[in-house]
Amino acid sequence: MVSDFPADNPRADAPDARYKSEVRNLSFYYGAFSALKNINMMLPEKRVTALIGPSGCGKSTFLRCFNRMHDLYPGNRYVGEIILHPDDVNILSRDVDPIEVRMRISMVFQKPNPFPKSIYENVAYGLRVRGVRQRAKLDEKVEEALRDAALWDEVKDRLNQLAYNLSGGQQQRLCIARALATDPEILLFDEPTSALDPIATASIEELITDLKDKVTILIVTHNMQQAARVSDFTAYMYLGELIEFDVTDTIFIKPKHKQTEDYITGRFG
Amino acid sequence: MHPPVTAQSADAHSRPRSLGYSYRRHLGERFIEGLLFLMAFISVAITLAIVAMLVKESVVFFEQVPLWDFLTDTQWTPLFDDAHYGILPLISGTVVSSAVALLVAIPLGTITAIYLSEFAPFAVREVAKPFLELLGGVPTVVYGYFALLFVTPLLQKIFPELPGFSLLSAGLVMGIMIIPYVSSMAEDAMRAVPMHLREGSYAMGATRFQTAIRVIMPAAFSGIAAAYILGISRAVGETMVVAIAAGMQPNLTWNPMEPAATITAYIVQVSLGDLPHGSIGYQTIFAAGLTLLLLTLTFNIIGHLLRKRYREVY
Repeated sequence: MVSDFPADNPRADAPDARYKSEVRNLSFYYGAFSALKNINMMLPEKRVTALIGPSGCGKSTFLRCFNRMHDLYPGNRYVGEIILHPDDVNILSRDVDPIEVRMRISMVFQKPNPFPKSIYENVAYGLRVRGVRQRAKLDEKVEEALRDAALWDEVKDRLNQLAYNLSGGQQQRLCIARALATDPEILLFDEPTSALDPIATASIEELITDLKDKVTILIVTHNMQQAARVSDFTAYMYLGELIEFDVTDTIFIKPKHKQTEDYITGRFG
Repeated sequence: MHPPVTAQSADAHSRPRSLGYSYRRHLGERFIEGLLFLMAFISVAITLAIVAMLVKESVVFFEQVPLWDFLTDTQWTPLFDDAHYGILPLISGTVVSSAVALLVAIPLGTITAIYLSEFAPFAVREVAKPFLELLGGVPTVVYGYFALLFVTPLLQKIFPELPGFSLLSAGLVMGIMIIPYVSSMAEDAMRAVPMHLREGSYAMGATRFQTAIRVIMPAAFSGIAAAYILGISRAVGETMVVAIAAGMQPNLTWNPMEPAATITAYIVQVSLGDLPHGSIGYQTIFAAGLTLLLLTLTFNIIGHLLRKRYREVY
């Protein structure tokens, strides 16, 4: 049931796309439970790829393989490979330090999770844990990240205030700035707007579209309209399997699989 | 939509209940309520009675000894012919022994809490926690003799000039005694920090240690501060260890290598003697007790304010 695109015919529908990452025969186990089953997929560079599917289909589990979040809990096991280009390294390998992976692949969570620190220190966090000390460099990076996250104008006069004083949408953009400050190669979004109101959602979606010039984006969403609005590619998952992966328009207009069509049209899911 | 009530089902029960006011049920409820109120009231009343008694007896004391002398005199010799009533020597003993205890308990308690909350595998935590709690259940008199008969001789090998009774030895053992209080409260506070904050930190490439120090501890600040305050209150109010191991001579000193009496040790010592009721020596117990109460009350209020002020909003 694995999609024939683009693993078999990588350039068929996306002549310009280069690939940032390649998922090969990826399976994942929570203890004995198999949450992902033999997934193969190419992640196009500097594009937005959306993961959709009904609850429990494994889309978040799949996303969290990319920054090895599953390593935090005992009893989890990866099988297969996620190759990161241009190094051609399997980031799931035991020889690869998950911390090194997370240094290059950042993540934005479902619920805004700023740290109990000032706005400035939240954005500087990733740089500080990497040992950056020079104030000038931190200042520069913090401003750049906040500008990229479209938050600078709203917070530039109160960088030393506690991040909890921001609204929910601002907190989420702060988390995006935090993730951007370390110049990640891939940015993972795990349902980033499910805790936000429609206006804040719109601003986050706009931001995601703007960011794809800089970074490869993989986003999990339960909202199909959102996937249609923001993504270039869409993967439909069901029960731990990747059913179909294609250009977003194709998935939404002419899906190849009946199952995908049923989900997209709301007949199921 | 209610299910239709058939005549049969109504008949199946006894006669239909009247909607009238049931005095019997009401009275029973009132009785229970009154009983519960009485129980709750007793503990509050006892506390108030203790405070009232302390204040009343202290007033008698301060009619004979000026408050100024009590606060500034550098000697505490209420039972001597040349009586002095300066509380300072007792306060210095209390402060020094508590300071030594806290220098032990706060760092060790915090490190233990960080380890148990952020690093320890499940199995280790399940074994370590009961042992720590056991440490908190050892009677304080055992700690007292442990300080006097084991720790003091040990310290004397390092510092040969250390006397047989010292604030240092009592303070060290008191610190060990307080570790479980500090660590278990601080650990609870850290474990209450939600997982999504931890994940946020790990996702930025932080190590466990960086996450613990830079995210978890600030997030759990109020709980950790409350744990420290509780530790301070315990140290200030602790009696047996200092009474046994620190000596009982009031001694205005800031040097932990000397013997001295704390407020609690003095109260124990004098309460056991045969002082006539109403004598000035007898009244000193209450003045000292009131001082101690005010000290611990201050810390408890600070702890309460910290908790309220920094209640986490995750």
